[in-house]
Amino acid sequence: MPSLKDLRNRITSVKATQKITKAMQMVAAAKLRRAQLAAEAARPYAERMETVLAGLTANASADSAPVLMTGRGADKVHLLVVCTAERGLCGGFNSSIARLARDKANELISQGKTVKILCVGKKGFEQLKRNFEKHIVDVIEFRSVKQIGFPQAELVTSRVLEMFEAQEFDIATIFYSRFRSVIAQIPTEKRIIPLDMDQAGPKLDVEYEPDEATILEKIVPRNLTVQIYRALLENAASEMGAKMSAMDSATRNAGEMAKKYTQQYNRSRQAMITKELIEIISGAEAL
Amino acid sequence: MSTFQFELVSPEKTLFSGQVEQVVVPGLDGEFTVLPGHAPFTTALRPGIAFVVESKNNATRIVIKGGFADINEKGLTILADGGAPIEEISIESITQEIIHSETLRIAAKTDVERTAADAHISQLKELKNILEK
Repeated sequence: MPSLKDLRNRITSVKATQKITKAMQMVAAAKLRRAQLAAEAARPYAERMETVLAGLTANASADSAPVLMTGRGADKVHLLVVCTAERGLCGGFNSSIARLARDKANELISQGKTVKILCVGKKGFEQLKRNFEKHIVDVIEFRSVKQIGFPQAELVTSRVLEMFEAQEFDIATIFYSRFRSVIAQIPTEKRIIPLDMDQAGPKLDVEYEPDEATILEKIVPRNLTVQIYRALLENAASEMGAKMSAMDSATRNAGEMAKKYTQQYNRSRQAMITKELIEIISGAEAL
Repeated sequence: MSTFQFELVSPEKTLFSGQVEQVVVPGLDGEFTVLPGHAPFTTALRPGIAFVVESKNNATRIVIKGGFADINEKGLTILADGGAPIEEISIESITQEIIHSETLRIAAKTDVERTAADAHISQLKELKNILEK
């Protein structure tokens, strides 16, 4: 049975924890809103890009399309770009992305393919290095970055492109968490090289300047950046959503715990008073 | 005068969206003017200034850091790599940005960061040249 003082200390510490988790939840809520706004602002560009690209692919002849779009035709070496958060305390957010990537990596290895992993975000690296240390080629951290912007996406893209040009991999897949709602984030994998086109647009009578191939050559890497940017933004929103619900339940748990301890504290305090009274009364009776 | 739909979007936000009478766009092979009913046309852009005429007495200049323009029957869409209305951009701010990027370039640890910084710097310099004219 803990003493009264012990209980009192425990109650204060639980309440302090509760305050912290509550504050973290509110911060996450504010950041989530910002992340959602950023994701929304990025949508028009991505949509227009898709339309332009669909038109281009319909018009360009197959042999003028850049390798980035069609791939090299091989699928020996796979690059997994695993995007996670820089910080923990956000529920199963990081683990679920890492798990998806791990399953995919195991599947590919069992098929006899070579797997390379590029970690974006520290947490994914920490989880993957246990099993795949020798597969991890690089880690990109955005620890010092306050809010994910386009330059961060460009950095990841340039790294991916550099590896592609050095023929270090054939197929690239990106892993991130799609933001459905505050309580639902869906870990997702998406092929980025070669390009995963939903459908080619109708063939249009469009003039190109300088010509289709040149534009494609410029627009395809750009599209890659947009895809990665989108993944990073979705990830940022998901992280904040996951953190918000994790911190919400932590706050609730702390509240329940504080309640339980307070009850226990009051009960033992009462028991002590009763005990003291009995001692006094029985002492008086004995006289 | 008749108008057409014009949209100028950068990866981070929409810079302009609305009906306009004409737009002068800095194409890779020279500037061109888009009027209502322009033939379908897709081109790459170089850094420069888009001159947007909304109505006779209402025109704006928007600085574009390269990108793509797509003209179809629905109107003109510019996918800019970055940009801002000309009032928000001064030569000093670009010079500052160049200096900042150059310090980043020196501080860069990997080749990746360096090439990214190089591309950024050359883009900024080109833009500065245009603005100085």
